[in-house]
Amino acid sequence: MPIVGAARSRVDGRDKVTGGAKYTCDRELPGMLHAVVVPSTIAYGRVLSIDDRDARVATGVVLVMTHANAPRVNENKSSPQDAKLFLLQNDAVEFDRQPVALVVARTFEQAVHGADLVRVVYETRAPQMDLDAGEVATPAQTAGNQPAAHRRPAAQPALASAHAQVDAIYRTPTEHHNPMETHGTIAAWDGDRLTLYDSTQWAFGVRTRLAHVLSIDPSAIRVIAPFVGGAFGSKGTAWSHVPLAAMAARATGKPVKLLVTRPQMFGWVGHRPQTEQHFAAGASADGTLVAMIHEVRNETSLSDEFVEPCAVFSRDLYAVPHYTMHQELRRLAISKPTYQRAPGESTGGFAVESAMDELAYELGIDPLALRLRNYSEVNPDNGKEYTSKKLRECYTQAADRFGWSKRTAPPRSMQRNGMLVGWGMATASRGTHRGDSDARITMYPDGSVVLAVGTIEQGTGSPTVYPQLAAAVLGISPDRVRFEWGDTNLPTAPLAAGSQTAASIGSATVLAAEQLRDRLVLLGGNVPPEGITIEVNAKVDEAEEGRYAQQAFGAHFAAVEVDPDLLHIRVTRFVGAYDVGRVLNAKTAGSQLVGAVVWGISMALYEQTRFDRRTGRIMNATLADYLVPTNADIPNPEVIAVEDDDQRVNPAGVRGMGEVAMCGSAAAVANAVYHATGIRVRELPITVEALL
Amino acid sequence: MNPFAFTRADSIATALSTMQRSPNARFIAGGTNILDLMKDDVERPPLLVDINALGLRTIEQRPGGIYIGALARMSDIAAHPLVRSAFPVIAVALEESASPQLRNMASIGGNVMQRTRCPYFRDTATPCNKRQPGSGCGAIAGVNRMQAVLGTSDHCIATHASDVAVAFTALDAVLHIAHPGGTREVPIGEFYSEPGRTPQIENALGRGELIVGIMVPMLNFGAQSTYLKARDRAQYEFALASAAVALDRHGGMVRGARIALGGVGTRPWRSRAAEAALVGAPATRESYQRAAEVAVRGARGYGQNDFKIPLAKRVVVRALEMVSA
Repeated sequence: MPIVGAARSRVDGRDKVTGGAKYTCDRELPGMLHAVVVPSTIAYGRVLSIDDRDARVATGVVLVMTHANAPRVNENKSSPQDAKLFLLQNDAVEFDRQPVALVVARTFEQAVHGADLVRVVYETRAPQMDLDAGEVATPAQTAGNQPAAHRRPAAQPALASAHAQVDAIYRTPTEHHNPMETHGTIAAWDGDRLTLYDSTQWAFGVRTRLAHVLSIDPSAIRVIAPFVGGAFGSKGTAWSHVPLAAMAARATGKPVKLLVTRPQMFGWVGHRPQTEQHFAAGASADGTLVAMIHEVRNETSLSDEFVEPCAVFSRDLYAVPHYTMHQELRRLAISKPTYQRAPGESTGGFAVESAMDELAYELGIDPLALRLRNYSEVNPDNGKEYTSKKLRECYTQAADRFGWSKRTAPPRSMQRNGMLVGWGMATASRGTHRGDSDARITMYPDGSVVLAVGTIEQGTGSPTVYPQLAAAVLGISPDRVRFEWGDTNLPTAPLAAGSQTAASIGSATVLAAEQLRDRLVLLGGNVPPEGITIEVNAKVDEAEEGRYAQQAFGAHFAAVEVDPDLLHIRVTRFVGAYDVGRVLNAKTAGSQLVGAVVWGISMALYEQTRFDRRTGRIMNATLADYLVPTNADIPNPEVIAVEDDDQRVNPAGVRGMGEVAMCGSAAAVANAVYHATGIRVRELPITVEALL
Repeated sequence: MNPFAFTRADSIATALSTMQRSPNARFIAGGTNILDLMKDDVERPPLLVDINALGLRTIEQRPGGIYIGALARMSDIAAHPLVRSAFPVIAVALEESASPQLRNMASIGGNVMQRTRCPYFRDTATPCNKRQPGSGCGAIAGVNRMQAVLGTSDHCIATHASDVAVAFTALDAVLHIAHPGGTREVPIGEFYSEPGRTPQIENALGRGELIVGIMVPMLNFGAQSTYLKARDRAQYEFALASAAVALDRHGGMVRGARIALGGVGTRPWRSRAAEAALVGAPATRESYQRAAEVAVRGARGYGQNDFKIPLAKRVVVRALEMVSA
């Protein structure tokens, strides 16, 4: 059994299930105080006055910080991608649950009570909450994975003359990440040096932003990010509570722990924006696509521009000669949207893969056959060859396992035990990303190895998987390799997001281990007493990166049962095969794929942030009211990683697997619902009222 | 969350006298509802009176019915053989409620006293006539998908959240209520009130009174009963619409029926008119559909919750079919 790919159990699994793994909120520092944010109760307006008299004299309360007494800091963005921070510098309110005060007390309970005692009087203005009426915003800069100008002739007029057409609007709602571990920060000053414990996906990014906000040198800040209890994009940046903790620690002269409460998770820590997607496609009678239009608008906040890049999905998937795309932003009185697991491709995949299903019915062609008919051997937008592409194998393996050939096409044609049965499928597609990463590896005379990268562990298996990669190169047991992570004192790591971590850190690990192996050979296998240490900087070569198209793919097959009277939808089976390059660990990879499938089902049937459109207030800011699936709602997803030795993509050979299984999966469910009921639902989540 | 004192009562008399001295105090049993409300600052009792030492956990056959002590846990009742055989509707309603962890903690007295899940009631930043009389109803023109379509008023459309109270209502259960002068018995049908102009008044329990038990009178067709709950996910979610039904059939005809709706009313919603429409009718889907029409008579949607009216009808029909099978 090769070391890489082996189903090695998590080295930290026992600690995690027995409480031994310390998350940010578990840490206690001597003399530590507790801070609780007072969030705004209006979405738009300004603070007229804050009465903190009761709070200030409440038992245990040490400090009430408001815009009247907060230390002046630099709220401005350090780069266009930065989120605007809300650090009590003025009286403006731009969204529901924006921080307007901070109460610091000796215990968490005292701080919570103190926060309840702060009375805020507002001047309320009518918030813009209507996507149609929101001011059009232009992104300051298009980031890496946002749609670039496409290179193909425009879709019109080819679309108009196509044999068959579909043309519809698809909508997806605002969704909040809600990782199991809420956000939290501990800030401790030692003179002018700041140590932060933070639940983050990127300790180095936190350091950069905090240095900017506090106008100190990054070298004066150390960020420690121990175990992170889930993030999914919401912890990709330092949101307002992180500098607020540092400001409170400086003001009180004590370490300050600031935990974000569950209802506050719907405040200033990001969310997936609602989207409205106009998607049209035209095909010839044999199903060959001739043109596609994908026009997207998504909500953004009053002060930030975030593009949910839905059109990337349609741009990069099928062989379509004529193609038009557009992304537009509308400003609403909401907090800044941000990356949420499979940003763009999950929401875009819902529209595109639903429309492909509609087109298949329009043409009388099997939905899988329609996808195969339009299979693209090269990236359809730039014509580049792929590093590797095994999507055809994904379709075949998943369809065989699912039994797709037994499907009868007409809606409502399959039934079981009085239930309407629906089978739907969709394609998965997501670009591969990689960032620069450093790594340090040391072998000691006893043969043990320490691999160090300042990345984080958010459940993806970092301390388990990277030692496997290093061990394989060195020809030793992975048990001999210990992984150190979670600290800006360690070699620099990129943002742990975008399914790029394994590609980035895995590549640095392979390069470091190879150099260590070569050195060891030169030394005749003798390790000097001080050990052998190799440091690498695995930089992404932009020219090399651009040579090939890099993309992960997959195929989803979903079965649902719908009660013909009560119209309850139950996903009874889900089979997916995914083209992700090399699998580093069958167990952790399987968990990631299953997790993404669950997210896709959740997007299809359950999740939606519900705003009171009059006030901008979020009315389901609890996990009792913001629905996610229970175990009883999820079948045991059957996921297949289609193995591929991709030598071109990166030294680790991986194309990213954290998100691809969520791209298009909601459409597979929606298509199954159509097959079961004959009702095409183009707005998520699909709930009973859509089927009545 | 407000600071509060905590005391344990060792007898019903002590519990009631403590409440006399501290009228703003609240009883706590399982705490699954009151603690949530305190964390949300909706309830601010200066004192919690723990009544778990009072016993009151008996579940037993008594002349005329099954008596359930107010502190019996939801999970204990759902598992009890007497309940399961005589009134499956109670067991099913309990098992379809909340989660196993909550059912292990929550008392039946607390369950029938639980407060609405209306998000405006639970968010002190928004208006709510039930929480703060005169402040207005946020739900009527707001986020009201989960709110009621029956028994509503211009002042409140908050749904009563309990499942098992719907079963009790169908079964004509009687609440045994202790007060300083003794105990009194209140039929559950007279216990809950519709909001009208006073949505802050939800039931007949007076300050300083304590539910000590629930008597479920024997029903000769109680074994032909069930509870059906439509909801957004399979478990751990409140009803979109539910029905507690019992059916007595003889020779293909309906001889007796009980029908109560949940998830759609401002109180557990018994429909005696629907029952009357069924009795004497053939036990067929057509009859059930006519009864379902009668059951939602007078229902009014508020936009997002319009779907509850057709859904409730479907639930009634299916529930009746289930007990006819």
